[in-house]
Amino acid sequence: MTGLTPVSKETGRVSVSEQVKFTNVEPGTELAQESYQVTRLSLVKYCGASGDFNVIHWNERIAKSVGLPNVIAHGMFTMAEAGRYVTDWAGDQAELVEFGVRFSSPVVVPDDDAGATIEISGKIEEKLDGNRVVLALTARSSESKVLTRARAVVRLP
Amino acid sequence: MTINRDYLGRTFPAADPYEVSRVKIADFADAIGDPNPVFRDPAVAQAAGHADVIAPPTFAIVISMAGSARAVADPGLGVNYAMVVHGEQRFEYSRQLMAGDIVTAQATITDIRDAGRNVLLTTKTEIRTVDGEHVCTAHSTLVERGGAG
Repeated sequence: MTGLTPVSKETGRVSVSEQVKFTNVEPGTELAQESYQVTRLSLVKYCGASGDFNVIHWNERIAKSVGLPNVIAHGMFTMAEAGRYVTDWAGDQAELVEFGVRFSSPVVVPDDDAGATIEISGKIEEKLDGNRVVLALTARSSESKVLTRARAVVRLP
Repeated sequence: MTINRDYLGRTFPAADPYEVSRVKIADFADAIGDPNPVFRDPAVAQAAGHADVIAPPTFAIVISMAGSARAVADPGLGVNYAMVVHGEQRFEYSRQLMAGDIVTAQATITDIRDAGRNVLLTTKTEIRTVDGEHVCTAHSTLVERGGAG
């Protein structure tokens, strides 16, 4: 165990490895796709953590009665996974300046152990002054685009 | 019931001060399945240049919703909340929220417009520390399905 690199007590993960630098970023670069699982348990936990207990996120009977195919994930859960994608790529030394999405279709979460999968990918759209980089993001679940106009502006070291 | 256009431009009272805690941040990070130690371990956060653990970017919604609820839940505005879905969300950050922050959120209604059979209601919510430091501005568009006409 090195004494210089901060390692999390909880996860054992080194946090500052492979910090992406502004000078090394090229517009047009496609970033690797990542997959994020969302189950009914995820939604129950998110209800509690966020304080958003809208019944369509945990009650199948009511979700179906208002015309939804099943329980759906919070839009903000999907945006949170997109945020995770951005911060994982940008690293701990980066600063998020702006982050926006449009919720284009719901993530439907069936009552089974696998739940739904949200697939997120990104592309370096442009470099701006002040070491800022614009990322364009794509998020899909079950072949539907669940986010559109999703973009993040990050200030890199 | 239709949304009251007279509310366009109105600013609502700020929500009560909210104290951001390490435990709440860790709960939120657990709920979104993000294992990043910068949300849990002060030593890791400090190595990255922060005074304490920072919150994941969308944690700001927890604070901003307390402010925008003052607008959306105002009976005079006339929102039928059962028919509301989230349309768009955008955050502008001066910095990330962190443990120890005591913040308030104040919402303004910036747009009310019809989109087909729906009504779009947009709020801008400013999150500031109780000392007045700007942390984040949240722009939220809610869609009231079937709310037009």
